[in-house]
Amino acid sequence: MSFTTSKSVYWKGFRDGAPFIMVAAPFGTLFGVFATEAGLNLVQVMTFTATVFAGAAQFTALQLLLDDTPTLIVLLSALAVNLRVAMYSAALTPYLGAAPLWQRAVAAYFTVDQSYALSVVRFETEPDLTVPQRMAYFFGTVTPLAPAWYLATYLGAVLGTRIPDSWALDFALPITFLAMIGPMLRTLPHVIAALVAIVTALLTAGVPFNLGLLIAGTAGMMAGAQAEVMLARRSKNT
Amino acid sequence: MTEIEPSTMWIVIAGLAFGSFGLRFVFIGLVGDRPLPGWLLRHLRYTAVAILPALIAPLVIWPQATGGQPDVPRMSAAAVALAAGYWSKNVLVAIFSGAGTLYGLLYLLG
Repeated sequence: MSFTTSKSVYWKGFRDGAPFIMVAAPFGTLFGVFATEAGLNLVQVMTFTATVFAGAAQFTALQLLLDDTPTLIVLLSALAVNLRVAMYSAALTPYLGAAPLWQRAVAAYFTVDQSYALSVVRFETEPDLTVPQRMAYFFGTVTPLAPAWYLATYLGAVLGTRIPDSWALDFALPITFLAMIGPMLRTLPHVIAALVAIVTALLTAGVPFNLGLLIAGTAGMMAGAQAEVMLARRSKNT
Repeated sequence: MTEIEPSTMWIVIAGLAFGSFGLRFVFIGLVGDRPLPGWLLRHLRYTAVAILPALIAPLVIWPQATGGQPDVPRMSAAAVALAAGYWSKNVLVAIFSGAGTLYGLLYLLG
């Protein structure tokens, strides 16, 4: 019986994840195009997208490589962009931490914005789910997304060099990232973190090796965390 | 813009592949059920919202395509994409609003 219920929970996850193909597919295509224009061959593009499996970090690494940034700074900056998946991992741990290690290892690979966001909401609203059912739901959410991401990247890589300059694809990255940032600005500390990061990034634009990105990101994180503490203290006092 | 050396590219791909998996595995795989310090979670909460704008801000103010000259279509498109994402909470709506603004203004002013 628990088998059939896990199965139905899996399909629930699948249905919840499916609409996000509309986000993953254009983003993957864009990465394929961007990477090909940057001079990567098809094997490099597909290895990159399949092993790293994190669009924002992949874009960051390529952008910095094109700016002649030292390899170590490229790695540190792209991993800093990916720090949020460590937070997702932390948030999922209370729900999935009791599953077998191999399942947790596979789940770790598939921890992305959408699988995290959908799963945490579902696990909170349905606290009676067993650990296998939660795993089934989690894998259900990424089942439509992962193939869409790989396939879209492939199509972008194949189309890549045929796209003319007049399409202004240079600006696709800023627009896509800004579109992702907008919905993240849920609270005042989030807005403060973003503003501090922007101001610091512009002030440190002249710092060598693109180190300004790491400085600005760290400053923004600290500002957000500090603002959260101060706001919590103030609301406690009133 | 420079050519990316294949060896450099492979080092970055391998480093990011292991590093990204490590970041995803660290808590769910290694920490398991033990609780995490509040200050750490509080900083992790603001990583994406700090580092993505920090990456984008210079590209918006000094775009590569114009040789670093501030540019009305690109700045307007950036503002529209951010505002549309903030109010609609929908990434796709924001992307299409921003792209529409960029193409519209490039056509009108171009």
